[in-house]
Amino acid sequence: MKIHEYQAKEILRKYGVPTPKGIACFSVDEAVNAAQTLGTKVCVVKAQIHAGGRGKGGGVKLAKSVDEVRDLAGKILGMQLVTHQTGPQGQKVRRLLIEEGADIKKELYVGMVVDRGTQKVVLMASSEGGMDIEEVAAKTPEKIHKVMIDPATGLKDAEADDIARKIGVPEAAVPQARATLQGLYKAFWDCDASLAEINPMILTGDGRVVALDAKMNFDSNALMRHPEIVSMRDLDEEDPAEVEASKHDLSYISLDGDIGCLVNGAGLAMATMDTIKLYGASPANFLDVGGGATTEKVTEAFKLMLSNPNIKAILVNIFGGIMKCDVIATGVVEAAKVTHLSVPLVVRMKGTNEDIGKKILADSGLPIISADNMAEAAERVVAAAKGKH
Amino acid sequence: MSILINKNTRVVTQGITGKTGQFHTRMCREYANGKNCFVAGVNPKRAGEEFEGVPIFASVRDAKAKSGVNVSVIYVPPPGAAAAIWEAVEADLDLVICITEGIPVRDMIEVRDRMRKENRRTMLVGPNCPGVITPEEIKIGIMPGHIHRKGRIGVVSRSGTLTYEAVAQVTEMGLGQSSAVGIGGDPVNGLKHIDVLKLFNDDPDTDAVIMIGEIGGSDEETAALWAKDNMRKPVVGFIAGVTAPPGKRMGHAGAIISGGKGTAQEKLEVMDACGIKVTRNPAEMGKLLKTVLK
Repeated sequence: MKIHEYQAKEILRKYGVPTPKGIACFSVDEAVNAAQTLGTKVCVVKAQIHAGGRGKGGGVKLAKSVDEVRDLAGKILGMQLVTHQTGPQGQKVRRLLIEEGADIKKELYVGMVVDRGTQKVVLMASSEGGMDIEEVAAKTPEKIHKVMIDPATGLKDAEADDIARKIGVPEAAVPQARATLQGLYKAFWDCDASLAEINPMILTGDGRVVALDAKMNFDSNALMRHPEIVSMRDLDEEDPAEVEASKHDLSYISLDGDIGCLVNGAGLAMATMDTIKLYGASPANFLDVGGGATTEKVTEAFKLMLSNPNIKAILVNIFGGIMKCDVIATGVVEAAKVTHLSVPLVVRMKGTNEDIGKKILADSGLPIISADNMAEAAERVVAAAKGKH
Repeated sequence: MSILINKNTRVVTQGITGKTGQFHTRMCREYANGKNCFVAGVNPKRAGEEFEGVPIFASVRDAKAKSGVNVSVIYVPPPGAAAAIWEAVEADLDLVICITEGIPVRDMIEVRDRMRKENRRTMLVGPNCPGVITPEEIKIGIMPGHIHRKGRIGVVSRSGTLTYEAVAQVTEMGLGQSSAVGIGGDPVNGLKHIDVLKLFNDDPDTDAVIMIGEIGGSDEETAALWAKDNMRKPVVGFIAGVTAPPGKRMGHAGAIISGGKGTAQEKLEVMDACGIKVTRNPAEMGKLLKTVLK
């Protein structure tokens, strides 16, 4: 789960990470009030969306007066902000962060993720702040310093100090950098984050360390123990189809192709998408109905796929293990009827009660195209989508 | 022979009183030697009771002392699953197979760290996996038994249904499996591809291996680089997720391309360069395997 910058800063402040003073706003009036409350010479008007690259896209602007804040807030609120992470359609800006301006002397990078190899949280830091860390990693990997953090002790003083010095924090500011890094780690650990990033972490003209931007993502498996983080979820930032899917306990991701697929199991679902591509078309979605699919769940899955206007055909690929093929077949027939299915449907079913399942499909009177294996299914659905069945 | 489990394995089910644990314990008992293999269950509140003839104990330690179990299978719900793993490790079992999906990553980091620091010998398979099967001997987990057949092909995979797909293809060709291992789809887990490849390499009854991976992490690359210099048996592979977009979690918690790393393309290239024959068509894993058998 993702949250906004201002929410990540709220969390980090609780862990002692210094941030600029700022106020989150939902309207131009609120933005103006916020600027007056802050009372600083320079304000920053920052678009709040769940994507990086906001500055380059024109979503972060400096204002030198309250009038300028009003003007900029009016322009940014409601705009479709396009960044390298939003895709060409952009993301509508609905929230702003009005923040005091900062005196930036140097921009640094610090971030944390789970390192799968060592099975520890890794702190990554670089003197090259403000840039995409992936870009730094690709071009100048020697400028990225890493520490694998021992889960039993947390980030040690000496480790934090060492990293701070390596990325160019002057000696006087090292204690503050240590507090920032340790706060970041504590926040990561306590909140079950999957990513926590301060980019840039700045050094100010008067020698302070400040988190100028902040980003946190969370492990969805752990949200059950963090109602305070769940309450920060902003559904406007998520794909409506994915939000709808999560209500029905379906794992769904929208893609840009035109062949819908409904599969049981995440690995098989990806493999099905790949096979569609192999036969010359593109998948419209990833959809894992899971192990306990009922008729209701299959019907919801069909509705989701059909809510996509691009869809030209549907491929159902089921490997019935615990889930029996006859149950799925009944669900598919029901769903096709309820949704008045008008695009071609190819079904490949294998495993437990395969024959009964196939008979249910054949007896349904629906124009279902059946296939014996994944390759055949993909070939047929691609042909059907092109109107060649 | 086989790897990890065989007909002499004795299993305790942690989470035997839940719906999932009961259903799958029943299915596993009905498979091959299951009735003799599944000899205990654990639930601290229900000790002294039994489930369809399987005695329930207060702890894994108790179950081990009284039933001689050496392997545990876990169906405990996510909030208590990592603690259940640790209980089995502390009881010094040979192997823990954790089926549970949805365990917080932090809990897994903690339990794996303790296992390493205390030099525990217990092996962990999973979590978020279908389990392990040695066909016609024993099935521990949620895989459909009937698609398997005893044979000499090893299967290792991060995905459940994709394992079944590979297994069914092998069986349909008239071959069979020595063992099939689902290592699970979570980012922090127990045995990895490399560990299972090593076991298959040393198993005299395995002739070749199908290794199935997916986007996220670099375990497949690590395994491939090891195999290049050490594997004495042919390995064929498939990686799911060539079409997966970056930054999106594709169902499995661990199936995510982050920072441009962990792409299927990258994995396929490394595997290929290390002498592992790969296919981009998951319907042809069996066919590809046949080409490398002597």
